[in-house]
Formats: sequence, C-alpha cells, structure tokens
Amino acid sequence: MSVVVSPIREPLVRGSKTYHQITEDLCAATERAPSLAWTIAFIVASSTLAFGVFCICWTIWFGIGTWNLNRTVGWGWDITNFVWWIGIGHAGTLISAILLLFRQKWRTGVNRAAEAMTIFAVICAALFPIIHVGRQWVVYFFFPYPNTRGPVWPNFNSPLLWDLFAISTYFSVSLLFWYTGLVPDFATVRDRARGWRKKFYNILSFGWTGSAKHWQRWEALCLVLAGISTPLVLSVHTIVSFDFATSVIPGWHTTIFPPYFVAGAIFSGFAMVQTLMLITRKVLKLEDYITLEHIESMNKVILLTGTIVGVAYLTELFIAWYSGYVYEQFAFFNRALGPYWWSYFGMMACNVLSPQLFWSKKIRRSIYWTFLMSIFVNIGMWFERFVIIATTLARDYLPSSWSLYSPSWVEIGIFIGTLGIFFTFYLIFVRVAPVVAIAEIKHILKAAGDQYVDKNNAAFKEAALHLPAHEEEHAEAHH
Amino acid sequence: MAHHKEVIYGLYNDEEDLLKAIKQANTLQLPIMDVFTPFPVHGLDPALHLTESRLHRGGFVYGMLGLLTAFLGMTWIFTRDWPIIFGGKPYWSVPAFIPITFELTVLFAAWGMTITFYIVCGLGPGVTNQVLDERITDDKFCIAFNKSETDNSKVNDFFKSTGAAEVNSKVM
Repeated sequence: MSVVVSPIREPLVRGSKTYHQITEDLCAATERAPSLAWTIAFIVASSTLAFGVFCICWTIWFGIGTWNLNRTVGWGWDITNFVWWIGIGHAGTLISAILLLFRQKWRTGVNRAAEAMTIFAVICAALFPIIHVGRQWVVYFFFPYPNTRGPVWPNFNSPLLWDLFAISTYFSVSLLFWYTGLVPDFATVRDRARGWRKKFYNILSFGWTGSAKHWQRWEALCLVLAGISTPLVLSVHTIVSFDFATSVIPGWHTTIFPPYFVAGAIFSGFAMVQTLMLITRKVLKLEDYITLEHIESMNKVILLTGTIVGVAYLTELFIAWYSGYVYEQFAFFNRALGPYWWSYFGMMACNVLSPQLFWSKKIRRSIYWTFLMSIFVNIGMWFERFVIIATTLARDYLPSSWSLYSPSWVEIGIFIGTLGIFFTFYLIFVRVAPVVAIAEIKHILKAAGDQYVDKNNAAFKEAALHLPAHEEEHAEAHH
Repeated sequence: MAHHKEVIYGLYNDEEDLLKAIKQANTLQLPIMDVFTPFPVHGLDPALHLTESRLHRGGFVYGMLGLLTAFLGMTWIFTRDWPIIFGGKPYWSVPAFIPITFELTVLFAAWGMTITFYIVCGLGPGVTNQVLDERITDDKFCIAFNKSETDNSKVNDFFKSTGAAEVNSKVM
C-alpha cells in the first residue's frame, strides 16, 4: 500500500527500489575499494591541504606581516574567506532543519551530505579568525573562564565575542545533529561488515539496535534539534553581519545586513551543495536518489535567495542615495566605480543576474547549467564579501589614509588550503559514511518511490477520467 | 551479562505486515518484548502503547539552564565581579547580552538532550548491544518475545498466522 500523496508530486526515489536495494546502493561506496577518480581527487585535495598548512605555519612563524594587510585595510582575504565559508555552511542546516520542519521530503536525498558540508565549511571558516588574531597560542583567552589574570573577562558587549559563541554553538550543534542522524546508518553498515570494519562501525554506531522506543526518541530528538537549529542558523549569520553592522563604517552600518547576510548565506550554501551533489551523484552513481527533482528544488531556492540578495543590493544603493548622507553615498559610489569596480560588477553579474536564468524550467532541470551556475554563485558570493570588506576599508573617512590591498601569496595559499581541507574531509566522508541517509530514504520510499507515486498518479488520473457526470456537477456546486 | 534470556523473534518483510501482526498480538494479549525496525515506522508507537518521549521537556529544562547560566553569568561578571565601562554604556547592558544568552540556550538544550538521549537508550561510544538479526538494519521488521514470559506454541502460531517470513530464537 502506498501513502496518499498529491498527484503533482514527482517521485524522489527512482528505479523501483526495494528496502534491500536501498541498503545495497547506499552502502556500496563505503564497501568497495576507492576508485581511480577518488584517489586522484584525494591526492589533489590533500596536497592542497598540506600547502594550506604550510602557509598557516608561515603566517604563525613570521607573523601577520606576511599578509598584505595595512593600516587602512585591516581585514582582507582572511575575513572575506571566513564569511564566505560560514555562509556556505548555512545550506546544510537549512536543508536538514528548516526543511524537516516544513516536511519537505526532498531533503532526505541531500541532507546528509549537506550537513557534512556544513561541518567542514565551519571548520574552514573558524580557521581564519584564529589565524587572524596573530597570537594563536593565547586564543583561549576568548573563552570566559575563571582565570588568574584578575580574573579578566572578555567583552560580552562585543559582536566579535558574540560571533565566537555563535560559531562554536553552531559547529557543535550541527555536529550532534549530523552524527545522531548517522548512528542508525552506521549500524546498517556495521551489520553488513566483517572483520575490522565491523569493529570500526560498531564503535561508530554506538550500539544501535533499531528498537521501537529508540526510534521514537530518535525522532523526538531530531525534531527538537531541527527546531532549535532553525533560529540558530539564522542567528549565526545575523551575528556575523553584526561584526560589520555594529561598526560605524559607511557601507557597513546598515540595518539591512542581518536578513541580507542570511539570504546570501543560504544562496551560496545551496550553490556549494549543488556543486558537490552533481559530482557525488555522478561518481557514486546515486542518480536514483539525488534526482532532477532534487536539483530543481534546490535551484528554486537559489532563485529565491538570489533574488532576495539582489533586492538587498538595490535597497542598499537606494538607501545610500535617499539618506542624503555623503559618506554613505560615497561608499556605494566607490564600490561600483572605485578601484575595485570589477569585484562589484562580478558580484552583481554572478549573484543578481545569473540566478534569474532559473526562471526557465529547462535550465533549472539541466545538469550542465546547474553546475555552471553553482560555480558562478560561489564566485559571486566570494566577491560580495570582498566588496563589503576590502573595497569599503580601502577608502575610509580620511583621503590621506586611503590605500589599496591585494593579497600576498600566503593569503592566497591559506584560502586554497581551506579548499583542500574542505574537499579532503568531504572525500573521507563519502568513503566512511553513507552519503545519502539510508533510514530516511526507506522512510519516505512508500510516499516518494516511483513505483508508488506513479501508481498513485495513474489511479488519480483514472479516477478523474471516469468521474461520472453528476458527481462532477456535484463537485462544482461545492466550489 | 548477568542473566541470560532466551528470545524468540519473527521477521516480517514489510512494515504493513508488522503493524497488522502487532495488532493481532495485542488482541491475543501476547506480551511483546521489543520491536526492531530498519527505520522509524509510523503507527508503531500507538500500536505498542508507547508513551510519548519526554525528551523535549528535558530539552526545555536544559535550555532554561543555558539561558540562566549565560544571562546571570554575564550580569554577575559585568556588575559585580569586574565592572568595566565600554563606550559609555551601562554596566548592565541587557540588549548586548541577548546574542550570547540565545546561543547558550541552544547549546545547552542540544547537548543536554543528545546526551540524555544516548544515556536513556543505553547507547554510546564503545557500547556493543547484541543484534538479534543483522538484517534488521537492512530490510527486516522484527517482533521479539521473551521465551520465559510467553507460551511458546502460542507465539509460533501467532507468527505463522500473521505471515512472518522467518521465526528464530536466540539467547541474549
């Protein structure tokens, strides 16, 4: 028996899968020897990671002077990258938490990988403030704990400290949410494994048995974690935007920042999810689980959030003009026509214009277009942060202190290194854990499997065709 | 393990069969020891008369604890322990405390609930629970009875009549 679903719903699991086939398909990647593609990707990613670590060591050894920051431009690629990475993380929580609350079934195909992406992106993001503080060995001074220095406490009124709390909380809560979802799937892998792999997955699976009471508590836990992760994810990028918005720098000191940053974060995060998912589904042959339906749904989110971001850009411009405040007006004039005009136009083209192509259903459902667009959006959102940070700082109140900034090789190296960290972790993740949530796919199978949905739709059409005339009149009378 | 018990269990191929069988067991008044499934089956909780989980209440308590820790902590630090004036603002600048108060509320609620979940379920790193059948985490739906609490022939008849694909027993 299938569950009653609306006839407009498209199937989310294709290939008439049985429960056992789902297990086979989704465990396969963890059970076979790594493919050549994976091995090459891993070598590239881990080499980049190693280079990143080298650049970080270089920075710590010689000091921040190895970066091209100057007295006027105190934040450059470091904070740009920080905000970019933290934004990318947001899509994972949106998919796993907000879509769970909205009961969107398509989340099950992509939530696991998106959550993993969140965790790795937050790790990359958190590196930047830590390196940027200059004295990494006393970074624990940030945390308020009784100490022998007075005790001297951190400044709880500072948005930078709020950010520390927001990001630490975000990281640890995302980790709990992700891991709790993984436990039943690790048990599935454990029960198929032999030898050392069985022991390994036995540890990872925490002794999961699948008892009815455990499932009930598991669902209760996941729902509440989703419920509290939702305001959490909104708060995180709100607080990141406070780093700028609570300052008195023209172009930063705006009330639009929190919603605009949150929309931008979801926008860039979904782009990264698309980039990863399109490769993952192809390489791991998961086309039956991450279908065009999933890709189209995510493209709709990209279209919506991209449009919100576009409206925010235009609102900023309008308010700068309407405020009548010359410093604010100059800040925006400088963004569009100043020395970094190219990054502003890159941002506008990638973030505002390009997602509008997704109004076309054909483009929304095209793998190639989606991949291309996801890269555009990733680049555009990086430009956005660069525009906000470097462009604004380079032209401050006092023309005598105006300056320009371009990154040193160390800064570029650290950024490339975080890409290496991200992809190395992701590649390890696809080998160790099922990339698609096995239990959750089984759970939606009867509502979203093609053999059930198609039968359901066929029955619906049949019923609609054979509706006797008087019943139709009856139905119309009701309307 | 301190005491062994012998478990007799039946495996079903579909959750619909499982739910029907549980209803049948209820009418026959067979005391089900536990039910194991590969994914959360809806309708199982009322069929097994499981009361709603109280985890979310725990979450509320942990959350309140986090809220109070953050807010009272910052209040004590900035008004009693080491008052400092930042930018001419009052010592007790409540709006500035809101972000951290919120974050700690979420942090405490999430960690508190998750740790409670693993403790009450008896799960955790290093825990090994005996698995009745390795296909339970794949595609089999299992009803288990404690042999000493039930009439064996009755249970066997029950499994046969409700269409169990397999019936086995195991010492746990």
